[in-house]
Amino acid sequence: MGNVLTDEKIPNNVNLSGDKRLQRALEAWQPHFIDWWKQMGPLGWQERDIYLRTAVSVETDGWAHFDHVKMPDYRWGIFLEPKQEGRTHGFGDFYGQPVWDEVPGEFRNLMKRLIVTQGDTEPASVEQQRELGATAPSLYDLRNLFQVNVEEGRHLWAMVYLLHTYFGRDGREEAEELLARRSGDADKPRILGAFNEPTSHWLSFYMFTMFTDRDGKYQLSALAESGFDPLARTCRFMLTEEAHHMFVGETGVQRVVKRACELMKQDGNGDPRALGGIDLPTVQKYLNLWYTLSLDLFGGEVSSNAADAFAAGLKGRYKEDRYDEHKLVGSHFAMDVLEGGKVVHKDIPMRNALNEVLRTEYIKDCQRGVDRWNKTIKDEGIDFELVLPSNKFHRQIGMWAGSSFTPGGEMIDEATFTARRGEWLPTAADETYIKSLMHPVYERGKFASWIAPPTRGINGLPGDFEYVRL
Amino acid sequence: MDPTRFETHPSKYRHWKLSVAGDVATLTMAVDADHPHRPGYELKLNSYDLSVDIELADAIQRIRFEHPEVKCVVFTADLDKVFCSGANIYMLGLSTHSFKVNFCKFTNETRLYLEDASANSGLGSLCACKGTTAGGGYELALACDETVLVDDGNSAVSFPETPLLAVLPGTGGLTRLVDKRKVRRDRADVFCTTAEGIKGKRAKDWGLVEDVVSRSKWDDAVKARASAIAARQTVTRGPAIQLPELAPKVTDKAFTYRYVELTIDRAARTAALTIKAPADAPDLASADTWSLRAFRELDDALLRLRFDLPEIGVVTVRTSGDKAQVLAHDEAVAKATTGLAREIRLLQRRVLKRYDNTARSFYAVADSRDSCFAGSLLELALGADRFYMLIDGDEAVSVQTSVANQGFFTMSTGLSRLDARFYGTPAAATKVLARGAEGPIPSEEAEALGIATIAADDIDFEDELRIAIEERASLSPDALTGMEASLRFVGPETLETKIFGRLSAWQNWIFTRANSTGEHGALTLYGQPERPQFQWKRT
Repeated sequence: MGNVLTDEKIPNNVNLSGDKRLQRALEAWQPHFIDWWKQMGPLGWQERDIYLRTAVSVETDGWAHFDHVKMPDYRWGIFLEPKQEGRTHGFGDFYGQPVWDEVPGEFRNLMKRLIVTQGDTEPASVEQQRELGATAPSLYDLRNLFQVNVEEGRHLWAMVYLLHTYFGRDGREEAEELLARRSGDADKPRILGAFNEPTSHWLSFYMFTMFTDRDGKYQLSALAESGFDPLARTCRFMLTEEAHHMFVGETGVQRVVKRACELMKQDGNGDPRALGGIDLPTVQKYLNLWYTLSLDLFGGEVSSNAADAFAAGLKGRYKEDRYDEHKLVGSHFAMDVLEGGKVVHKDIPMRNALNEVLRTEYIKDCQRGVDRWNKTIKDEGIDFELVLPSNKFHRQIGMWAGSSFTPGGEMIDEATFTARRGEWLPTAADETYIKSLMHPVYERGKFASWIAPPTRGINGLPGDFEYVRL
Repeated sequence: MDPTRFETHPSKYRHWKLSVAGDVATLTMAVDADHPHRPGYELKLNSYDLSVDIELADAIQRIRFEHPEVKCVVFTADLDKVFCSGANIYMLGLSTHSFKVNFCKFTNETRLYLEDASANSGLGSLCACKGTTAGGGYELALACDETVLVDDGNSAVSFPETPLLAVLPGTGGLTRLVDKRKVRRDRADVFCTTAEGIKGKRAKDWGLVEDVVSRSKWDDAVKARASAIAARQTVTRGPAIQLPELAPKVTDKAFTYRYVELTIDRAARTAALTIKAPADAPDLASADTWSLRAFRELDDALLRLRFDLPEIGVVTVRTSGDKAQVLAHDEAVAKATTGLAREIRLLQRRVLKRYDNTARSFYAVADSRDSCFAGSLLELALGADRFYMLIDGDEAVSVQTSVANQGFFTMSTGLSRLDARFYGTPAAATKVLARGAEGPIPSEEAEALGIATIAADDIDFEDELRIAIEERASLSPDALTGMEASLRFVGPETLETKIFGRLSAWQNWIFTRANSTGEHGALTLYGQPERPQFQWKRT
C-alpha cells in the first residue's frame, strides 16, 4: 500500500482510522487530489511557506491552528460539527421526525445532485484564482488568497467525504469527476457558468469573495438545516471557514474604496486614476457585475427543484428556526414575476419560491456590507454612495434573463441596454486599466498604490509580518 | 377551441430550423418557449409539445419529398447545455387523458416515420446530443440510426419518467432500448430508474449511445459521422417535388378537402368519411397527383378526428368515383421506377397505418353504384372493423383488387391487410387476389369470399347499418378501444406493435391511475410545492 492515510495526515472527527470503506475510497482519491492541486492550484507558489490556518479539531481552539506550511503539505481534514442527539427534521414533509443518518434511497439522486453541484464550485474557485498570486498587492493579501484557496480545497474534501461515505460507487465516480472538470475548460467545464470565468485581477477576487462566497454562505446555511444529518453537520463546520472568505472580500473592497477616497483628496481634480487608484464609479461597475453573477447562483425564481428539496427535508431556509411555520403547505410568497412581458407582483406557492426567499436574505446581507463601505466613504468626507443594483439587472439565469433592466430595475429594450452597458458594467477599457495596476508588492508591510493597508493583521500579528516566505 | 392545424411549412416553423447542405440536412431544435400548442405553460429547455412535434413530422416528410439529395438528417439543438428535455411536463399535467394518448400516439408515429425513412428511403439519421437528453429527447435519439452524446462530465441521457413522474417513457423508449438497441435488460432497469441518467463512457459501454465525444472534437465528429451515414445509403429518392398546402375548409360540421371529406354528426357521435376516386389519368410529376394528394388529405383528416373530435366514436367510410381510375393510379405508382413513386407508396402505407392506429370504430360502407373500394381504397375497407356492402340488382356495387393489395401496404404487424383478415388461412387471401384479377367482385360474392362482413339487399341494408352504428355508438369507448386494437393487430408482434400495444396497455393505464394523475399523483404535483403520495398496492 503506497498511500496509507492516518488520522495524523488527515485531521478528522469521522473516525477515519476505523472506517475501512472511507479509507479505501480516500486512499484512491487523495493522490488525484494532490495531482489536481499541483496542476490547478495557485500557480508558482507551491513550494513556499505560507502562514496558514489549519483545522485540526472541532473544538474552539482546534479549528484555528496557525503555522507556516507549504500548500501541497496542507493537512486537508474532514470535520463535521458534533452530532446533536435527538435532532429532528426542522422543515418539510418529515418535520418533527428523527433526522436521517443514512441517505434514504428515495432522495439519493436529488441529494447527490445537490452535493455534487455545491462540491463542484469549491475546486472551481481555486482554478479561477490560480494566477492571482503573480500580482498580489501585499504579502498579507497573498496569504489571504492562499488561505481561501486551501479552505476551498477542504470544502471539496468535505463534499467528497459525503460522496464516499454515503453514495457508494456512484459517489466515488462523482468524486473523481469533481477533479476531472476544469474551470473554463472547453471539454469539461465546471457545472455552473459563473465558475468558468477566470478571476482576472484582485478587484474581481475581492468582489468574488464578497458576493459569490456569500452565495456559498447562504447555500451552505440552507443545507446546514438538512434532515440528512451528516450533510447538515458538514455544512455547519464549513460556514466557519466561509466567514473568513467574506471577510477577505468585504475588507478588500473596503480598502480599495478607502484608498480611492484618499487619492481623490490628494489629486487636484479628485481623480484617483491619476494617482494609480481605482475610482469609485469603476468599483460600482465591478460591484454590479459580481453581485448579479452571484444572484444567478440561487437559481430560478420559481423552482420545482427548490420545492422538491424542501419537501424532502434536504434543503431548508436560512436559519430555519427563526420561522414559526416549517411545512409551508398552502403559504405564499409575494414577489415580482414576469408575465406577458410585464413585471407583476404576485403570490407564488412558498415552496416554489424558496430560491427567491433565500436570495432575498442574501440581498439583505449584501446590503449590510455595502452600507459599511458607504460609511468608509462618508468617514473620508467624500460624497458618493455605492448601491446594489436591482435583482432584475443583468441576469443570465431565472425569469429576468432574456429581458433588459436598468440597475434601478426599470425595464428597457435590449438596444438601450447594449448602448448603456458600459455605464453599468466594466468595459474592456476598465478591465485593461485595472489589470495595468496589478503589479506584485512582496515587500513586507508594503501595499500596492490602489489599496489601503488592513486595520490589523492575521491572528493578531502586525501588518508587516512575513505571511509568505519568499 | 381553435381546430388543430397539422399543416405547416419550414417558413412557418417556430421550434425547429431546417438547413440543408449537400447530402446532410440539419434539424436544429430551438423551441420557442412562448409559443406552446395551447396557452398555460412555457416550453422551457427545449421541452416539446404537439406544436413542436407537428413541425418535426412536417420536416421529416418534406426532406423525403422535397430534398431527395439528403441522405442523412442530423438532429441538434440551439442550447448550450441541453439537447432536449423531453415532453413538457406541465403540458401533460394540464392535458385531458384523450389528448395525452393522442399526443403520445402522434409522436410515436413521427418516430416510426424516421425509422421508415432510414429503412426504405435512403435517409439515415444521427442524433447529436450536445447536452442533457432527457425523456422524449432520448426517445428521439433512440429513433435515429445513431446517437452521439457530448462527454463534458455532466451531460447525460436519461429516462426520468418513472422516478420523477410515475409514468413511462411514452414514445417507444422502453421497447427501443431493449428491442432495438439491445441494451441488457438489467442495465435498462437501472437506467430507467435513475432520474439523472447515464453519462460519458458508461453511456457508451451500456450501448445507450454510439459514442461520446468531447466538446472540442464535437463539430468534426458529428460531421464525420453524418457523412458516413450519408455515404452508406443505397436507396435514392426523387425527383424533388414541393408538397402543396392542402388547406381544407374546416367548419363545425365538416372538414372538406379536394378528395376527402369528413362530415360530423355530433348528436349521434358519428362521422362520415368519404374519399373520392381520381377523375383524371395519373400524372406522377405533379405533387397534386391523386395517390399523394388524397392520402395526405386522409392523413390530415385522421389527425383532426383524433385530436379535435374526441366524442365521435363511430366513423363510416365510403368511397365514390371510378374504380378504374383508382386502379390506374395504383398501377402507375407501382410500376414507376422513380424514388418519388416509391415515396408516394410509402406515404400511402404510413397513412393506412395511421388509420389502423386510430382509436375509433370504422365501418366501411359500400352502398352506392359509384362506390369504389378498389386497390388502395380497398385497403380502407379491409382495415375497417367491419365492411357493409349493399347487394344491388345489377351488381354495380362491388370491390376490386389491384397491385396495391398484393403485400406492399403492410400493417404494423408486417402483414398485409388481406393476410391479416385471413390470418391462419393464407389460401383465402390468395383466392381473393386471383378472383380480383378477373374483375370487379360484387357484394354477394365479396361476402362469400370473406371481404364483406355483411352483405344485404336494399330491403334490409339501411336498417342493418343504422342499427349497427347506433349499437356501436352505445358501447363503452374504453372497451372498444382495447377490443378493436386487439382484433385489428392479429398476428405477430413487431417493434411497432409492441410500441403501440404497450403505450395503449401500460402507459394509458398508468395515466389514469391515482399514482400519476390523482390528486396526490406525481404528474399532478410535478412543479407543485407538495410531494406525491402513492398508493402502494401492486397488481
